[in-house]
Amino acid sequence: MSRKASGLKAWAIQRLTAIYVGLFSLYLVLALLFSAPADYVAWKAWIGSPLVSVAMLLFIASVLMHAWIGVRDVLIDYLHPIAIRATVLGLVALSLVAMGLWAAQALILVRLV
Amino acid sequence: MTTTSQRPVFLNLLKIKLPIAGFMSIVHRATGMFMFLALPILIYLLDQSLSGPAGFEAAHETLHGFFGVVFVFLIMWSLAHHLLAGIRYLLIDVDMGVEKEIAGKTALWVVVAGPILGLLLTGGVL
Repeated sequence: MSRKASGLKAWAIQRLTAIYVGLFSLYLVLALLFSAPADYVAWKAWIGSPLVSVAMLLFIASVLMHAWIGVRDVLIDYLHPIAIRATVLGLVALSLVAMGLWAAQALILVRLV
Repeated sequence: MTTTSQRPVFLNLLKIKLPIAGFMSIVHRATGMFMFLALPILIYLLDQSLSGPAGFEAAHETLHGFFGVVFVFLIMWSLAHHLLAGIRYLLIDVDMGVEKEIAGKTALWVVVAGPILGLLLTGGVL
């Protein structure tokens, strides 16, 4: 990941994911402002609909990629000893993958029940 | 190189006069880190709210408690600041708003709009 996301490629991925995350965040906030689901049935129907579900999964993947590049840049600026840097970066990467799987599981399971 | 080594080093963060764009940039980083650290809480609430009617009610209650409201405000402020600062960076990428005076103005707008939008959105979504 770090090799693939280094330099110019990371710069481009950061901007591409920023645009999608920004637009979808706007949609989420507007949806919550003007047609917030009143109960579980409405919430499930909305987030479980095919289009919103796929858009949410793509949103989560984009947030995690964006977070990886951003957090990596911040940590590289402040953590200098290479062993500490590598350890923390590894933990961040693992936790991002774990959180992605956790969120995806919740979103996919709700379509099955 | 000799001149470089003889420069005085002054890094007292409390006394350095940081331009507003620099302050906005630090807050952009801080809000990004905060939202990253908040991700497990957000995903926990998503998971809980989708687990069934009881989970939905529990998540709803958490978000409307004192800490829930503060959390939502911090998230909305962070999101607003990070998004606006991000749009500003993208515009600068395409050479819009690069001049010092304009860049300072837009940075100030971002810093001021963040908490205001944060408050409005928190009131709106809760």
